[in-house]
Amino acid sequence: MLHIVACIKQVPDTKIIKMNPKTNTMDRRTAPAILNPYDAHAVEEAVRLRERYGGTVSVLTMGPPPAVKAIKKCIEIGADEGYLITDRRFAGADTLATSYALTKALNKISKENPVDLIICGKMSIDGDTGQVGPGIARRLDIPPLTSVNKVIEINKQEGKAIVQRKLEDGYEVVQSTLPCLFSVEKTINEVPYAPFPNMLKAAKYNPYIWSVDDLEDVDIKQLGLKGSPTIVSKVWAPPKPEGGTMLEGNRQEQVEQLLSVLLEKKELFMTKGES
Amino acid sequence: MDFQDYQGVWVFIEEKDGAIAPVSLELLGAGRRLADKRGVELAGVLIGDHIKHLAKTLFEYGADLAYVYDDPIFKHYRTESFMKALLDCSAKYKPEIILYGATSTGKDLASAVATDLPTGLTADTTELDVEEDTGLLLASRPAFGGNIMATILCKKYRPQMATVRAKVMKALPPESGRLGRVVEESILLQEEDIRTKVLEIVKETTKKVRIDEADIIVAGGKGLGSAEGFQLVHQLAETLGGAVGASRDVVEAGWVEHAHQVGQTGVTVTPKIYIAIGISGAIQHIVGMKNSSLIIAINKDPQAPIFESCHYGIVGDAFEIVPLLIDRFQEVMSKEGVSHV
Ligand SMILES: Cc1cc2nc3c(=O)[nH]c(=O)nc-3n(C[C@H](O)[C@H](O)[C@H](O)COP(=O)(O)OP(=O)(O)OC[C@H]3O[C@@H](n4cnc5c(N)ncnc54)[C@H](O)[C@@H]3O)c2cc1C
Repeated sequence: MLHIVACIKQVPDTKIIKMNPKTNTMDRRTAPAILNPYDAHAVEEAVRLRERYGGTVSVLTMGPPPAVKAIKKCIEIGADEGYLITDRRFAGADTLATSYALTKALNKISKENPVDLIICGKMSIDGDTGQVGPGIARRLDIPPLTSVNKVIEINKQEGKAIVQRKLEDGYEVVQSTLPCLFSVEKTINEVPYAPFPNMLKAAKYNPYIWSVDDLEDVDIKQLGLKGSPTIVSKVWAPPKPEGGTMLEGNRQEQVEQLLSVLLEKKELFMTKGES
Repeated sequence: MDFQDYQGVWVFIEEKDGAIAPVSLELLGAGRRLADKRGVELAGVLIGDHIKHLAKTLFEYGADLAYVYDDPIFKHYRTESFMKALLDCSAKYKPEIILYGATSTGKDLASAVATDLPTGLTADTTELDVEEDTGLLLASRPAFGGNIMATILCKKYRPQMATVRAKVMKALPPESGRLGRVVEESILLQEEDIRTKVLEIVKETTKKVRIDEADIIVAGGKGLGSAEGFQLVHQLAETLGGAVGASRDVVEAGWVEHAHQVGQTGVTVTPKIYIAIGISGAIQHIVGMKNSSLIIAINKDPQAPIFESCHYGIVGDAFEIVPLLIDRFQEVMSKEGVSHV
């Protein structure tokens, strides 16, 4: 029986977000909050592993109270339990402070039911870093395995996991001791539409909600903005490019002009053609 | 923490099968500029098995010295072993800045090292600068889905760290015979101390084009209408001897694989010729191709933002322009006696 925890995040949907061009800030009203798309794959993989080996899937998130909605989404995918840590003292956390807070929550979850495996999405679409997963692994002193695109085997008796890690030019097969942490690629699985019973369960589900005071051994100085070594000093709109020369005329004339532009770089076509 | 103790700019050198990753050489170029501004040394950190001889390449590309951890235990990249070497080196020699390529290896390593040090880490940086007197690293990157740029600082910790995207910094032209100091280091590390083992490495040998290495890229967008329409892009690419690029919307529609996606969540490319067909020119696409030497845009909407980011633009229907271009190009080239097919 495995206990798998997926770490997830609620994010503004950056696909439809609008920026306020005057202040260079996000207009949050325009962006609905969604489950970070990468994390859906993390939860799905946890659920599939539970189906293969038996056990429990928990999801954990840090965020404001509305993040309960993201947890419910994970219950729809098939998670058993959800944990939200929420507190103003967590606010403004960068990746270092985030991994610290999540690790404290993981310690508490582990006390009840020891965790064998942690799965994170590759990155979040708002923070865009992919740094929190490995950060958690280091803090728990367990091996981080990033870029996982296939889980070959989990063997709790022998305390080992074997996975495929995606590389720029192929993949590698890696064995690790358990417990360990995966951050998974989008390609690891496809998240199907939620089965109806899960939707019913999610609608009624109430996650565990903890504040800083519910966690143990917390050094307040390492939380939130205070615990974050990085700060955003300024934001600016990238300079507008100037634009180029338009090739005018009818179709034939446009193509002839384009052709002569290309032929100025004739050497590129020559060498390619002869080699 | 006394900042005076932290001096020098470092680049983590990524090596694979005996070759240095191009991004590491680009970072030596960027690092050189930072080090010169600060009046400090630029070092490369080389970790691997039988890699000592690569140090001279680092010097040719601008490094003053190379810290070398050469040991069979480093044959394959593993977070734990590489992290221990880098932490050891950093504790001993105290750099003010460490840069990594924003590759899967570079990000993996940097995230682990940042947690243990601890220090701040900026991901996917696209612009780097340093304050001359304070040594504060100004690491800038696209934020909030690429709509704006943000400059990230790490004021209270040293070393400051950033992962930097491939193809946005420029490597210096190599200066052959340029010399530097090799500092050989080692750490006590047994195979049993490391909890992961690489069992197998599989290269995907299909003739997959690495679009980040192509001289010519023909990229297509949603304007091509369908997977069939997108064939036009393949045809022009084949005619010109180039690789195929795509916008994200095309990849999401399933017309081509993600490996072809250019932009913020795809690949950054800097080919000699980039032809964008039926691509609107969203900022997230532009950041991935704007440093190409020659950008040509074909789009039927005269208002399309892509025309602001190109050198030459044609307002027109791709299905009329491109077939004509293919015909004319083939005609001219066959007269020149060169053929691709
Ligand atoms: C967080 C985030 C990350 C992103 N990352 C990326 C990324 O890495 N890469 C990327 O590309 N995008 C990325 N995007 C998406 C980006 O914002 C745009 O949505 C996308 O680039 C648009 O693709 P497109 O230009 O193909 O499609 P559209 O915007 O739909 O443009 C189609 C264009 O084709 C033209 N057209 C139509 N018919 C014809 C014709 N017959 N002949 C000629 N022209 C025609 C139209 O005028 C239009 O300009 C990202 C977005 C977000 C929020």
